[in-house]
Amino acid sequence: MELLCPAGNLASLKAALNAGADAVYLGLKDDTNARSFAGLNFTPQKLQEAAKLVNSSKRKFYLTINTFPQPGQEKRWYQAIDLAAESGAHGLIVADISLLDYAHQHYPELPLHLSVQASATNLAALSFYREQFNIRRAVLPRVLSIKQVKDLAKVSPVDLEVFAFGSLCIMAEGRCQLSSYVTGESPNSGGSCSPARHVRWQEQDGKRLTRLNDVLIDCSGIKEQMGYPVVCKGRYLTEDTTNPQFLLESPTSLSTLDLIPELAAAGVVSLKIEGRQRSPAYVEQVTKVWRAALDKYLAAPECFQAQADWQAALAKVSEGQTTTLGAYERSWQ
Amino acid sequence: MQISLGPLMYCWPKSNVYAFYEKVAESDIPLVYLGETVCTRRRQVKWSDYLALAKLLQASGKQVILSTLALIENSSELTELRKQIANGEFMIEANDMAAVAMARELKLPFVCGPSLNNYNRATLDKMATWGMQRFVMPVDLSRDWLRQVSTPATDYEVEVIGYGHLPLAHSARCFTARLKGLAKDGCDMACVQYPRGVLAQTQEHQPLLRLNGIQTQSAACCDLRQQFSTMATMGVSWFRVSPFSDDCIAVASALMAGEIGEVTTDACNGYWYGEAGMKLSVQP
Repeated sequence: MELLCPAGNLASLKAALNAGADAVYLGLKDDTNARSFAGLNFTPQKLQEAAKLVNSSKRKFYLTINTFPQPGQEKRWYQAIDLAAESGAHGLIVADISLLDYAHQHYPELPLHLSVQASATNLAALSFYREQFNIRRAVLPRVLSIKQVKDLAKVSPVDLEVFAFGSLCIMAEGRCQLSSYVTGESPNSGGSCSPARHVRWQEQDGKRLTRLNDVLIDCSGIKEQMGYPVVCKGRYLTEDTTNPQFLLESPTSLSTLDLIPELAAAGVVSLKIEGRQRSPAYVEQVTKVWRAALDKYLAAPECFQAQADWQAALAKVSEGQTTTLGAYERSWQ
Repeated sequence: MQISLGPLMYCWPKSNVYAFYEKVAESDIPLVYLGETVCTRRRQVKWSDYLALAKLLQASGKQVILSTLALIENSSELTELRKQIANGEFMIEANDMAAVAMARELKLPFVCGPSLNNYNRATLDKMATWGMQRFVMPVDLSRDWLRQVSTPATDYEVEVIGYGHLPLAHSARCFTARLKGLAKDGCDMACVQYPRGVLAQTQEHQPLLRLNGIQTQSAACCDLRQQFSTMATMGVSWFRVSPFSDDCIAVASALMAGEIGEVTTDACNGYWYGEAGMKLSVQP
């Protein structure tokens, strides 16, 4: 199983490689990728540097071009694909049908990975993308239970990649408009979920108010551990309740250390660590733990058990310092 | 431009669903979508019931499209989907790529629903080669986007959700069951208690979302009725009313009679103007 780590910039990329990532994924410094936070991502020059570093350490890198081209500006997305091919990327992570088509036509040898933003959760969809565009791999949305992942892996015509650790996205990715409903910007159209410029924290009467484009997402204690403010992890009121509740999900991260044996047995080829917007220190910490866990599993699969110190190290960098198996666990659903 | 009625996205008691569609049958709405798009656990109205309703509506002179599930996660849902697509009579609205794949395989025409990511002309033209006859604009797109993507004119029809609560997201998790302290597998079809979803408000009592099982909707009713003539001149073929009560039949009928109606202050229309979807803009 491949350990695939995020690289928001060169420092994170080096951290990931040093800590034992088998592969890294990264994006260009523009809205062709769904993590276009300011100060992140790669210019064409930096991409060349990244390619050199990855190749000299005999690992792989995948370029993420996973937004949906805006009308009249399609050329920029096509140019990004051209750049990926020239850079020697070992794979291209794409969601949009027109881009899959373009890449398949122009660079048939460049492996295509279906981005999670394409939201393909079943055999019929995966087979179709394979038949039409010869995708080699698909990244599964974080909505399937472990049983559903196993069932799909048995019959999938393409390799499967799953999210192993990081921010817990609770909606079918690529088909969630909560961020754009509140801010006007979404991962799909080239921004990111809850763009930082729309986030505002206020202290008032001993409480911290979290606002997203002036909409009150949460009201918390000053010392309370909070995650990054997204609409789905806010506290709201219903008609029947007077106490605000996390009606959709609380701030928590996804961690599947315990599932390593099951994911390996299912034949999942790649474990994805989320967090291109996180610091190099985060990337290093998380990669180290996952490298250790995977090595331990590979050395003696039958007696694998997640160690308490791994869990503790991951909890420290998790939202609200807690982790969950999310949708992998049916009871969560 | 004509009026369509979108699929009922809520879980209503069977008798209410039948009563609703009997009224629809008596109306002069020319195009009706129906079917379960949100959750397979809802069994008030079964596939055979929907087929019966489709025949009733067709007999009253309407074009009927059967809408399919938005999030398909396992093989039993795929089996059901294949049965629906191969019904032999009615075109389907595909709300997941699985439905596009099957319709193409069976060489059947289809409508692309709003939850498919059709964001640009090249993608739409590709969809058309696979059999797409009409596409429903994703809810987050704007007037300017639509103008660009539909110029020059398309061979396929364009439909815009013009009135109703917007479907914003789908999750594996059932928010209604969670709210009631129930497991999804023992949800007791809790949705049936909420005929317009559960209203979620901010702690400042600002209405924000509607929780409808695994679906999350806009709390506000999107209202683009004032844009009716603009859409018509842009080549939009269908203005979709997304139903949430019997009143929607009256809204659709009034629109067909040329009565636009007043926009209320709790409505939203931001997406149409390229802004946050929840905003209410007064632009022309």
